[in-house]
Amino acid sequence: MAARQETVARVESIDVDAYKYGFSTDIESVKAPKGLNEDIVRFISAKKGEPQWLTDWRLDAYRRWLTMAEPRWARVHYPRIDFQDLYYYSAPKSTPGPKSLDEVDPELLRTYEKLGIPLREQEILAGVETRRVAVDAVFDSVSVATTFKAELAKAGVIFCPISEAVQTHPELVRKYLGSVVPVTDNFYATLNSAVFSDGSFVYVPKGVRCPMELSTYFRINEQNTGQFERTLIIADEGSYVSYLEGCTAPKRDENQLHAAVVELVALDDAEIKYSTVQNWYPGDSEGRGGIYNFVTKRGDCRGRNSHISWTQVETGSAITWKYPSCILRGDGSQGEFYSIAVSNGYQQVDSGTKMLHLGKNTKSRIISKGISAGHSQNTYRGQVSAHRKADGARNFTQCDSLLIGPNCGAHTVPYIESKNPSAQFEHEATTSKISEDQLFYAMQRGLSAEEATALIVNGFVRDVLQQLPMEFAVEAQKLISISLEGSVG
Amino acid sequence: MIKLASEAEATLSSFYEEMRDKGAPRLRAAGWASFSESGVPNRRVESWHYTDLKTAMGRPAPLATASRAALSLPRAHDSLRLVTLDGVFRPDLSDIARLPDGVIAQSLRDALAQGEPHVLSALASADIGAQDPILALNAALMQDGVVIQIAPGAAIDRALELTTLASAEAAQSTYTRALVMLGEGARATVVETLGALSSAPAQDNCALVLRLAPGARLDLVTHFSGGVDQAIRVASLLAHLDAGAMINSFALIEGEGLNRRQIFARLDGENARAVFNGATLGRGRLHADTTLIMDHAKPCGESREVFRNILDDQSVGVFQGKVIVRPGAQKTDGVMQSKALLLSEQAAMNNKPELEIFADDVQCGHGATCGRLDKDQLFYLTARGLPRREAEALLIEGFANEAMDAIEDEQLRAFLSDRVSAWLSRRISR
Amino acid sequence: MLEIKDLHVSVGEREILKGLTLSVKAGEVAAIMGPNGTGKSTLSYVIAGREGYEATTGDVRLNGENILDLDPAERAAKGVFLAFQYPVEIPGVATMTFLKAALNAQRRARGEPELQTPEFMKRVKEAAASLGIAQDMLRRPLNAGFSGGEKKRMEILQMALLQPRLAILDETDSGLDIDALRVVADGVNALRSPERAFIVITHYQRLLEYIRPDSVHVMAQGRIMRSGGPELALELEERGYQDYIAQEAA
Repeated sequence: MAARQETVARVESIDVDAYKYGFSTDIESVKAPKGLNEDIVRFISAKKGEPQWLTDWRLDAYRRWLTMAEPRWARVHYPRIDFQDLYYYSAPKSTPGPKSLDEVDPELLRTYEKLGIPLREQEILAGVETRRVAVDAVFDSVSVATTFKAELAKAGVIFCPISEAVQTHPELVRKYLGSVVPVTDNFYATLNSAVFSDGSFVYVPKGVRCPMELSTYFRINEQNTGQFERTLIIADEGSYVSYLEGCTAPKRDENQLHAAVVELVALDDAEIKYSTVQNWYPGDSEGRGGIYNFVTKRGDCRGRNSHISWTQVETGSAITWKYPSCILRGDGSQGEFYSIAVSNGYQQVDSGTKMLHLGKNTKSRIISKGISAGHSQNTYRGQVSAHRKADGARNFTQCDSLLIGPNCGAHTVPYIESKNPSAQFEHEATTSKISEDQLFYAMQRGLSAEEATALIVNGFVRDVLQQLPMEFAVEAQKLISISLEGSVG
Repeated sequence: MIKLASEAEATLSSFYEEMRDKGAPRLRAAGWASFSESGVPNRRVESWHYTDLKTAMGRPAPLATASRAALSLPRAHDSLRLVTLDGVFRPDLSDIARLPDGVIAQSLRDALAQGEPHVLSALASADIGAQDPILALNAALMQDGVVIQIAPGAAIDRALELTTLASAEAAQSTYTRALVMLGEGARATVVETLGALSSAPAQDNCALVLRLAPGARLDLVTHFSGGVDQAIRVASLLAHLDAGAMINSFALIEGEGLNRRQIFARLDGENARAVFNGATLGRGRLHADTTLIMDHAKPCGESREVFRNILDDQSVGVFQGKVIVRPGAQKTDGVMQSKALLLSEQAAMNNKPELEIFADDVQCGHGATCGRLDKDQLFYLTARGLPRREAEALLIEGFANEAMDAIEDEQLRAFLSDRVSAWLSRRISR
Repeated sequence: MLEIKDLHVSVGEREILKGLTLSVKAGEVAAIMGPNGTGKSTLSYVIAGREGYEATTGDVRLNGENILDLDPAERAAKGVFLAFQYPVEIPGVATMTFLKAALNAQRRARGEPELQTPEFMKRVKEAAASLGIAQDMLRRPLNAGFSGGEKKRMEILQMALLQPRLAILDETDSGLDIDALRVVADGVNALRSPERAFIVITHYQRLLEYIRPDSVHVMAQGRIMRSGGPELALELEERGYQDYIAQEAA
């Protein structure tokens, strides 16, 4: 019992203010005025030199957005957002179109260094041929640095800011943009469609196995800047790509809205692995500040035997509202969702997935591990459905929650809908605290309560960590420790 | 407050005008106010997402009027019967005179007229199920029913059967409410029977309120049958358990039409224990919704739920089960399991098992599965010589049995097993 | 009793049995031995009639009658019994209910009168007693939570009760300790008779020390590669299956 008390006390004492990545960089920004109207939408589109069809597409989204209401079904509470009090465009001042890292604002590079992003290191370490990572770094709203482009081009892989793809590959963007997450999908996705700033575009041609893992680091910097990333990844027939997304954000007192949209399209026999480590500012120990993360992520297994896998490690944000999903349209397609969601302080997480089985012999697997501490609320919300024609659909879901301390909450809300008798669905969920036997065992062997907790938590999330690419797994493990233990690391 | 706009709600409003001065005015007014806020629920109401009552109800059928029918009702088991027919408690059809010592029964109508505060407050059950509009509507419109008080320490051997039947030849609406109060340490078995004697599409809204004083134990068996394609039945069960009380319940749902059984249970004292099991036998176009909120408000509670949906033809099963553990309800132990078998191409199942946990020292879990009969099991049985239909029947029976294991009353258990067998033999003979 | 001729069986896209020929006479105990993955279990499934194990060509005759078009229950009624390598657990179905349903379904199919409960109980109890099976096991749901050894005993109990004409034991010895192995062997030996045939599928020679076979057949790569007397089992024990695998590779 004493051990437990100690652990609880330890976790409670964690100073969320100790947020490791809380600092800001002073770079002058080019901003649009506060607020949102058709002129702002046109301004954003014009700034990027977009073709008319895209301007119209944004305006259409904006007009639809005006008719929509903010969703209220998630178990999250926050003051009303004044959408007219936000900036919808800002770009760091920089020489246009840097050709190499040397041309990038050194202040920016120092920021990345402080964050521990191995951007330069990656170039230096480029000799390690097998584990190269291409980084398309996003600083606020505009992509400013892209590496490894030449090598990717050799393989025929297109990896560039989506704003650039609009110019260089308009036919691909036009064909796939909004084809997975329709313009009117939900309040935040529609807002994103109207004002999206920038993001990554990936196209992997037929039969190509992308020669390296593609990676983007996000960073929110400007005060009161809504950040509206838009990512589109297309894996053509028989191709494979692994994409890594990681985020940190500087500390701010006012809440920051982030409403990204990620669309994945996998054609016949293609595979996309999408991994995220999210560590945005969660707010201070009183629950002030922190990022609002309202993201729409969806993958469309459009082709036969296609495969989309989402892996996420969520440790940050004041509010997380996020359901990376798979539409299993192609016969024999597979969807996976592996998630670790850690909440502490006054964080609120409402996250999960949707696996929609439309095609025959489609398979899905969901492993969700939620860890709640402090005064946080952590909800898994998921949907698994089999439509009439989804003969032989299979799903397995395992949702486990771990509670640390008496003041947090852990909730599970699955919707499991079957209209096909040959669909086989299995769902299991558990909620428990860290076993005192395990804690005692570890402490008897000499670990502190804090170390023992970290050890047990790591065991609890192991199934998901295994799904991450190696370098990401290490980072993720570190983040989980930081989130739960404060000063470690 | 949203203004009641639809025709359905206008009709219900006229029902309220008719009932508002029939006792317990404050309870009725509160129920009506609560109902008026949301109206008849449709799919957009989260807790009614899988059962679109508004569409199914259309225009409410006229409020039932007392029938004088002299009936002879067959007895399926050796219980003492208390009959509510067409919305009215019928002493002439009931075993009032044979009730054992320690049991007091009266009609709801009489109880409301007497207005004893402890009965009225028990009936109100304001603190649980408060969000549900149809339960609120039941409070506003309750016509009659039965109130049973079981003395502290009494151990009632024979089961008390609360039978609610509709016999009218034309469609009608009934609103009935029953209350069973068990005194400290009392013990009883209650059978809740809902059936129909005619083929008119009745719209029945009934509620059973259970109040278990400390250390009381109630065994409850519920049986829904009858009903026709257009019939609607919403039956709410409210259970308050004080410290150390225990409820052990099982429900068998069969018949046709739209059925919703909603259970609002709260463990309001330490060391209380609840078992809510059930099986649904779906045939034709039965829509059977079981919605359960298991609320652990105090420490050291234990809850177990085992539900089985067996769905044939175009039947649709719904299971929504939420286990809540309130702040401070430490050492709670809750396990919920819902399994469904789809026996035809058109059957469908919606499972929504939820956990809502606000205390850390708990063990809670749920499992949900959906699929068809297991091929390996079928092969095993047919390889032993069982023809395919019989092998299926045996597996289905076994599947249902898992939810019936906790029934302690042998006679009731046999009665329910016979119902399952009868349902299965109709399936084999088709 | 059993004549299998040039049997080819595919499971999904893969051909597992590739021209298997085997003959087992009434009264005979035939042992089938072979390395893992050679189709021994497939052979047992195709004789018992499992869905998805269909013969593409060839013949399986039981007492002269082609049984390949019969469903599993019809084959069982004709006396085919398969003791499963991995008996399934069927929670909710009482063991006694199942035993009675199976026995009477077979009797019905053969035009015999159904057994009433007292007579049935008597037979089960006798069979259980002779196999050392505790009454407690009979009261539990079928195979649910049984240990590996208990499941195998339950298979033998069913065999004793159903009195098949052709019993196939699919690796019944796997995972058994020596005591359980003896129970299984005793069960089989007690049933040996001139009217009954056994096919004992096993990986090891060990079981054959307790159940003495009349013939031993080596199966590899979906065929019977060699047949002989009991001495063949000893030879296999000594030299392993190397010869047959090598033969394949050549």
